[in-house]
Amino acid sequence: MQLNNADRELIDKIEELSGENVFSCYQCGKCSAGCPFTEEMDLLPNQVIRKVQMGDVSVLQSETPWICASCLSCEVDCPKGNNVPAIMEAIREISLRENVDKVELKDLKTRGLPEIALVSNFRKKTS
Amino acid sequence: MKEVAYYPGCSLKDTAKGFEDSAIQVSSDLGVRLKEIDRWNCCGTVYSLTDDNLMKQLGPIRNMIRARDEGFDQLYTLCSMCDNTLKRSNYLIQNDDDKRDKINNFMDQENDYSGEIEVKHYLQLLRDELGWERVREQVSNPLEGINVAPYYGCMLTRPKEIGLADPHNPTVFDELIESLGGTPVDFPYESECCGSYNTVDNQEVVLEKTRTITGGATRSGADLIITACPLCQFNLDTRQAELLKATPNHDPVPVIYFTQLMAVAFDRPRVNKFEEHAIDPRKVLKIENKVASKR
Amino acid sequence: MNEKTEVETVEIFIMGKRYEVPKGLTIMKAMEYSGYQYVRGVGCRGGFCGACATIYRLEGDYKLHTDLACQTTVQDGMYLTQLPFTPAGREQYDLEELEVDNNPLLDLYPELARCVSCNTCSKSCPQDLEVMDFVNEAIRGNIKEVAELSFDCIQCGLCAARCPAEIPHHHVAQLARRIYGRYQAPESEHLEKRVKEIANGQFDDELEELVNLPKEELEERYENREIEE
Repeated sequence: MQLNNADRELIDKIEELSGENVFSCYQCGKCSAGCPFTEEMDLLPNQVIRKVQMGDVSVLQSETPWICASCLSCEVDCPKGNNVPAIMEAIREISLRENVDKVELKDLKTRGLPEIALVSNFRKKTS
Repeated sequence: MKEVAYYPGCSLKDTAKGFEDSAIQVSSDLGVRLKEIDRWNCCGTVYSLTDDNLMKQLGPIRNMIRARDEGFDQLYTLCSMCDNTLKRSNYLIQNDDDKRDKINNFMDQENDYSGEIEVKHYLQLLRDELGWERVREQVSNPLEGINVAPYYGCMLTRPKEIGLADPHNPTVFDELIESLGGTPVDFPYESECCGSYNTVDNQEVVLEKTRTITGGATRSGADLIITACPLCQFNLDTRQAELLKATPNHDPVPVIYFTQLMAVAFDRPRVNKFEEHAIDPRKVLKIENKVASKR
Repeated sequence: MNEKTEVETVEIFIMGKRYEVPKGLTIMKAMEYSGYQYVRGVGCRGGFCGACATIYRLEGDYKLHTDLACQTTVQDGMYLTQLPFTPAGREQYDLEELEVDNNPLLDLYPELARCVSCNTCSKSCPQDLEVMDFVNEAIRGNIKEVAELSFDCIQCGLCAARCPAEIPHHHVAQLARRIYGRYQAPESEHLEKRVKEIANGQFDDELEELVNLPKEELEERYENREIEE
């Protein structure tokens, strides 16, 4: 199959933000096998990468990157040394840079939460 | 007394005060003074994975600059999230000249930094500088018969470039537990993420991971879990208490910091602030009656 | 003196429009000299009220400077505009109801956790406060330190205007000082004693006398009052 310019646009953006070569992934699925959050995800981590490889912008609507907590279990397992969490972060950043936050501070119940939770959450889920 | 530069991080000054107090106490017992660097800021807790936005590197790097300008060449951490963020930002500065120059250029009120500081976790101080024998010598209340699950979580061992142990088979906690006279429990979720900051907006994920991790520990025979991460501790302890309300047959297991375990073995239980824990560890540690002890 | 004296002038740009104004004027006076009339964005004219925040650049300098219009003299090639008010969310709270042991700063202003420690706030403070340092102290719940580090804050809001994390530093700091004053600062014994004396009516006669004094005599007493050195 051939990628058109629109497909390329997504791939280029994600590669630029993540510093990763998305085509380095050969879909072995080890990232998904070791991921502790697959039960909560609408796409498995390797499926996210596959969609990116296809330039499929529907990946931007997936909840998977927002559940990924950058725990790096996939990163240490990847036989190609790909930084899957960086690709997840790139997908999050594409949304966040539209100035749309994933969490609305005014709607959150933050009372009693430790600062470490808030700082990390807002770094990953607000623009 | 040996003095080392110490970066506490925000949690250790607030919600994880028992972590800091126990660390200061056991360090003093081991002949080490933790010198808190004079001015430090939040490390950011999570390392930025975006290649083009260096703003989020400023916080961690400024801390290394402050330690260096105070005359230190090493900086010790206790919180594993701080440890991870500082080490990775330091790695970036040491290995990417372009980004280093940009960051130095932006931080025009600070002296230039090129990675002179070596960031180390307190566990590295114990394992590599002092040695387990030194730890063993301080034990006056050996943890005999206490089964401890070592919970490494994510940030101590990953990624490989900065991890302090083999990400697939870390042993540093096991070695510590043995040095304190306790029994390390082999436990399948020792490096599995607790759900981390999802605890803010997606509690379900964290409750599920808490169930898996704490349940796995008790099924492996653990009396308690040790950690180096204030966010893991919050999730596995506080969220476990919520889990317990919803699932009364859940077998609760206390979650404490590794330095608190050391303080118990050094017979300094009072520094630990165990009364602030959601799942009280005092019974399994057999120190219920020690609160009034003179030490 | 009938001779005209040459007044040395400088060239400034107010909201992009060029003016020539006498050297040595403050920005505030230079604006008035140029024909602007202050209705808002001015207050004490003495550097205390924080109403006249101004941003400017100097020709050939990339830096955006921040200062108070009443305290800063104009320079040649100054491009300026007033920023007298920065919209910044201020939370409603009842000081008596706050859970002060549970980091109320972060509770009321969770956006504090968005700080990236870029230090832009400190750089923008016309009072030269270490704003980033007190934001960091606020995150970790150290109310006393926030109160002390922010003591000289005049609420101009320039830090909040420049913050990439959109934190209302000055409102956070004000809350910290209020909590500190209410719950943590040592009680002032003198104040308490004096309040009791007033309540017991010790000064009632003197006050009564003042209230009934004719205006001229009151003015005279004011002029000749004792002033502590």
